[in-house]
Order: sequence, then structure tokens, then C-alpha cells
Amino acid sequence: MSTQSPSKPAATPRVRAGVHFMGGDFACAEGALAAGVDFFAGYPITPSTEVCEHLAQRLPQVGGKFVQMEDELASIAAIIGASAAGARSLTATSGPGFSLMMENIGLAAMMEVPCVIVDVMRGSPSTGLPTGVGQADIYQARWGSHGDYAVIAYCPSSPQECFDLTIQAFNAADKYRVPVMVMMDEVIGHMTEKVVIPPASEIPFTPRKRPSLPPGDSEYLPYMPDDDLVPPMAHAGEGYKIHMTGLTHDERGYPALSAEPHEKLVNRLVDKIRVHAADIVMHEDFLLDDAETIVVAFGCTARSARAAVNLARRQGVRAGLLRPITAWPFPTARIKELIAAGQVKQFVVPEINLGQVRREVERLTQLPVRRVHRAGGAMITPETILEAIVQ
Amino acid sequence: MTTTGPTAAIVAKKHPVDDLLRADRLPHILCPGCGIGTTMHCYLEALVESGVHVDKHVCVSGIGCSGRTAGYVKVDSYHSTHGRALPFALGIAVYRPELTVTVISGDGDLSSIGGNHLIHAARRNVNMTVICINNFNYGMTGGQAGPTTPMTAKSGTTPYGVADKPFNLPHLVNAVGANFVARWSVLHARQLKDSILRGMRKPGFAFIEVLSPCPTGFGRPNDVGEGIEEMLKYHRRCKWDDKARLEDVDIDMLRPDSPVIVGNFVDRDRPAFCPATGAPPASPTGATEESTKERAAMKDAH
Ligand SMILES: Cc1ncc(C[n+]2csc(CCOP(=O)(O)OP(=O)(O)O)c2C)c(N)n1
Ligand code: SF4
Ligand SMILES: [Mg+2]
Repeated sequence: MSTQSPSKPAATPRVRAGVHFMGGDFACAEGALAAGVDFFAGYPITPSTEVCEHLAQRLPQVGGKFVQMEDELASIAAIIGASAAGARSLTATSGPGFSLMMENIGLAAMMEVPCVIVDVMRGSPSTGLPTGVGQADIYQARWGSHGDYAVIAYCPSSPQECFDLTIQAFNAADKYRVPVMVMMDEVIGHMTEKVVIPPASEIPFTPRKRPSLPPGDSEYLPYMPDDDLVPPMAHAGEGYKIHMTGLTHDERGYPALSAEPHEKLVNRLVDKIRVHAADIVMHEDFLLDDAETIVVAFGCTARSARAAVNLARRQGVRAGLLRPITAWPFPTARIKELIAAGQVKQFVVPEINLGQVRREVERLTQLPVRRVHRAGGAMITPETILEAIVQ
Repeated sequence: MTTTGPTAAIVAKKHPVDDLLRADRLPHILCPGCGIGTTMHCYLEALVESGVHVDKHVCVSGIGCSGRTAGYVKVDSYHSTHGRALPFALGIAVYRPELTVTVISGDGDLSSIGGNHLIHAARRNVNMTVICINNFNYGMTGGQAGPTTPMTAKSGTTPYGVADKPFNLPHLVNAVGANFVARWSVLHARQLKDSILRGMRKPGFAFIEVLSPCPTGFGRPNDVGEGIEEMLKYHRRCKWDDKARLEDVDIDMLRPDSPVIVGNFVDRDRPAFCPATGAPPASPTGATEESTKERAAMKDAH
């Protein structure tokens, strides 16, 4: 069993296969390395700093580029630029920095440049609780930049998932050409647990969609989508002479500043995720088969919720847990299916915010949705969730 | 473009920079008398002369009239967000060091909303050429004052006149250590082209400020006049002095007697920005043909 302590640089492989005792932030960084991250740009902020520091050490060892930027505005711009030139690129931040990144997350969505943004959530708003847990950036991940667009956001619930879902995030970003968020919370980021890293050959890899036509072919249109609504992507320096802009653009990538191309483009940006939601959505079901009370919880709160469900079962209460692993797209279809099955009598939504996922559940049902919220700074205990279940 | 019409003779079938323009995007949006077209031309001439293969050159802009340049040049070109051209370009330049990168954008974009990135990119000495088109205002949004607008100037947001001292951009960029710092006006087309070329050939951060008429946003509201009149002012007032003390090269277009100092002011050889490398990679990064997974696997073998 190896530990987190760094081995000699030259001997450190990109994929540190083995069984580790590892913190969530470190596992996230190792997941990025295993996924083939080439470029990291970031700015330190608690509780995500370990991702940044770990990559500062590890990325140069495997031939990648690490740059500490002057701020988060620069960090996100740099990773979009690097990705436009072909890199798998990453940044990591927390609420205040995530807020600063919003405009360019919209740029990445509009230019369809894949990139991964790790947001380790702390107590918020504003500077809030720098070292305290929060889960209140869920809506910001989805709606934070102006306008309509779509993203994918994963919510790990353990260091192992920090590793696995960061790999998943890179693959999804490249597959759909979207910005993808890994939404850890402070507890998960700072929790140390067993993390199993498989050998490099077993790391799942989805390549970025690339043009099949050669550079200079007049048929090639940089923003002509395939049937899956995703256009293949050419990189800087390959001879395609592509133009990318945040302005509304046509299939050539040229500005097209009128209603019709705008309608077409914005709808496609949203639809390319919507139509693939069934493939993208991930959730974990725990004791749902006969559940009359369904707890919907993510991140560190899902760990308390699982304990609460076990406690309820011991009291003979038929409770179960639905854990959204993707916050976006939200597991809407699964919840609708559970409601349609007719067994569920109530939902309980515990989360460390004042009701973001709860609102998503309320939209889907007339059944009671019990709220278990706290603003941040401490986890919600199993006992508190149990109270709501048995109420 | 060739001249057409009943009396016009065809002087040339092809202009030397025709291949570097997206002809299918013309006509451009620029106003008559605007200096951005001339600047773009000088940039493209420098690119041709540099001998850099056009496939290995990347143009990045921010937002503004000047920022629209990225949409007209036929190279890989990125029209980023307002103020963020420099970090966007840094991502490309650092990840693909074999590419040459030029940022061409406005004074507001680069020195106001993007001012922090300007001082940091210059401080780091990132390997790129920055062409900063200074038209003394925010042209795109209809003529408002910015950090380069002369004191007392009238604009949409300064109906009573600008109250704060403008930037002296060469002094600023030099102070943080850029390798090459110059200032020209669009009247100095040849010197400007040569200066951009020097910037492109220079490893590290090259910054070229280009004084450029904006009759619409700056000239007319301030009695500077149309494009041609602003050019005449450059003709009368510009003094070429490569050795000028940079703390003294402030510009005041509104004071008739005040000289405008131009020149190639700084040419030094500080090492260009190069992020740390740890153990030598098993395969070079940037080989985009190789899949990421192959790279990962190869690296793992060592
Ligand atoms: C974040 C943001 N704020 C404001 C704007 C509006 N805006 C567009 S261009 C511009 C000013 C451009 O000025 P400059 O960079 O000097 O370019 P010019 O048009 O003068 O060439 C502004 C304020 C914007 N696009 N984005
Ligand atoms: S507004 Fe000014 S900068 Fe913009 S195109 Fe017109 S003259 Fe040029
Ligand atoms: Mg301007």
C-alpha cells in the first residue's frame, strides 16, 4: 500500500496504479493525470488548493504544463486557449474563483471548447466560510454564465469518485465539446480514504471528435455538427485556419449576428446535452425497490443520508437513497420513474444549501418534499435526516 | 482587392496579403478613416516577411473594434472575451511553444478590463507579440473614455471631460520587463510593420502600441477631426526617438504643442516564460496526432 508522499520525480508514472490512502483533492488531481491532462492553469483557493499544488508537482514530471495564473479570470481563459490548441486542460477553484470564471465558461460553451473545471464547494456566498463545507454552487454550475447553454456536472461522494469522475469529466468534455464541472464539497475534497487506481490500460478513454477531412478541404465546416449534434474539432496549428468566436456564428465559425443563426446555435448547444441525457446521467440507487421515503442527496450529504436510511430501516421504515452523481443533467427520468411506480409517499432532500436540489425534486412531484437544509460550515448528521424520514 | 470600374486599370491581380485575409468575410465593419485596417495590414505584411508558416501562426483577440481583427485574418484565429485575449493566448503559447502567437486588440481591452493580464504577461515575458491598437477610447461601444483617453477629453461617459491621467503604456510594460516595447502610429506603416516583425522574431513578450484614429468615438467629439486630420496630427507631432526616457512618453492628443514620441524603445533579452519541466517526458507534448491515451500509456512505460 503506497501513500501520498511523492516518490522520485523520474520514477513517477502518469497513472499511479495501485491501492492508495488518498485525499479527495489529491485523487481528483491523480484522476486528471490518469485521464491525460496536459495543461493546468489555476489560482490557489481553499479548499481546492491541494489539486493545484499536487499538479504543480506532478504535471511537469509527466511532460504536462502547469501555470499558476494571476487570477481565475486568467485561469479559465488559459485552459480554453490550451484546449483550443489540443490540450486536455483543467482548472480547480472554489466559490469565489468559480464566480470569476463564469463569463468564460459561457465562452467555452459557445466556442464548444472542452475543458474541466473542479469546484470544491465551501460555505458561501462571498468569502463565506473558506474552510467550511458548502454545497451551494449547484445552480451556479448550471446557470452561472449568462444565457442558455448546457454543461455537465459531476458530484463525487468519496475520494475514489473524485478519481473516477475526473476521468469521466475529461471524457465527457471531449465527447460533447462542453465545459464539464467536478463539483466536490470541502468534506469530500479533504477526506482521506482508500482509492484504487487501475493500470493505465484500464483507464476509460473517449477521444475528442476530430475532423475527418484534411486541412484545406473546402467541404470542411468547423461548426457543422454530426448526427449527434457535436461538430468535430480542429486544433490550432493544424492548418485548418479555423475561427472561433463567442459571437453567434454559423457553421463556418463566422459571426452571424441575426436571430435565425442564433436560434439554431443556442438550441443546438442545449440540445446536444439534452438528447444525450440518458447516456450522461449517473445516479446511485440504494434500497429503492420498496422505498416509500426516498432521500435525494449528493456529495458528503449522501454519506449521512445512507446512514440515515440504514437507521430508518432498522426502525422498520421503508426508506431508500437516490444519489445524483451527475447534478447536471439531473436524474429527472429516474425520479419520474420512481414516482410513476406509485410506491413512494414522500421525498427528503438534505443538502448544505437552502434548497437547490430540493427545487429540482419539487418540480417533478406533488408528493411532500421534506427539506433538510443548512447553510454551510458543518455536515448534516444522519440523525437529522432520520428525523425528517420518520416524521 | 483589385480596383474595378470603367476607368480603373488593374494594377495587380493579387495583393501580397490576400491569402491571409478571409475574403468571404469582407467588407469589414470598420468606419471610414479608422486605423485598424492599416494596422491589420502591417501585421499581415510582417507575418509574410517573418517566414513563419501560416499554419503555425495563431491570432488571438479580445472584444472591441480592434478585437474584430481575429475574424478577418486567415490563420487559426480566436476571438475571445473582453480583456482575456492574453491569458487565452498564453494557454496556446505555453501548450504549443512551436506556434507563434500574436494578440491584436484594443487599448481598453488590453489595458483596462485586461490590464492585470497585461502586466502579468509582460512580467512573465510570455512568448507572444501583442499589438495594442490605441484609439484613445472604447470605439466598439460608441465612444466612451478609458484608461488611455487624454484628460479633459469628451466622451459618452465623460460629458464634463476626463478627470484622470491616462496610462503611458510603453512605460508600464517596460517597467515589468517585457523584452520588446515599441510605439508607432498608423501613419508609420513601414516602421510599424518592421516593429511587429521584430516583435515576432523576439523570444518573449513584445508589445507594440499603435496610435490609431477613431474618428467616430474620439476624433469628432474632441475636435481632433476625421481620420485624415488625426493622421496629419501624427505627421506634425510624432518624434521618433528610440532612446526616449519612457517615463516621459505620455501622450496628450488634445494639447496641440505636445509631442508624441514613437520608436522601438526597448529591446532586451530576458529569458522567455517557460513553465517548469520535471522529468523529461517520454514523448513530447503537443504532438496532437497522438491520442492522449497513447501519450499516457507511453509515459507510463517509463
Ligand atoms: C465583460 C464585458 N464588458 C463590457 C463589454 C462591452 N464592450 C465591448 S467592446 C468594449 C470596449 C472596447 O474598447 P477597446 O478595447 O479600446 O477597443 P476598440 O473598440 O476601441 O477598438 C466594451 C466596453 C463586453 N463586451 N464585455
Ligand atoms: S468606432 Fe472607431 S475604432 Fe471602431 S471602427 Fe469606427 S473608427 Fe474604428
Ligand atoms: Mg480603443
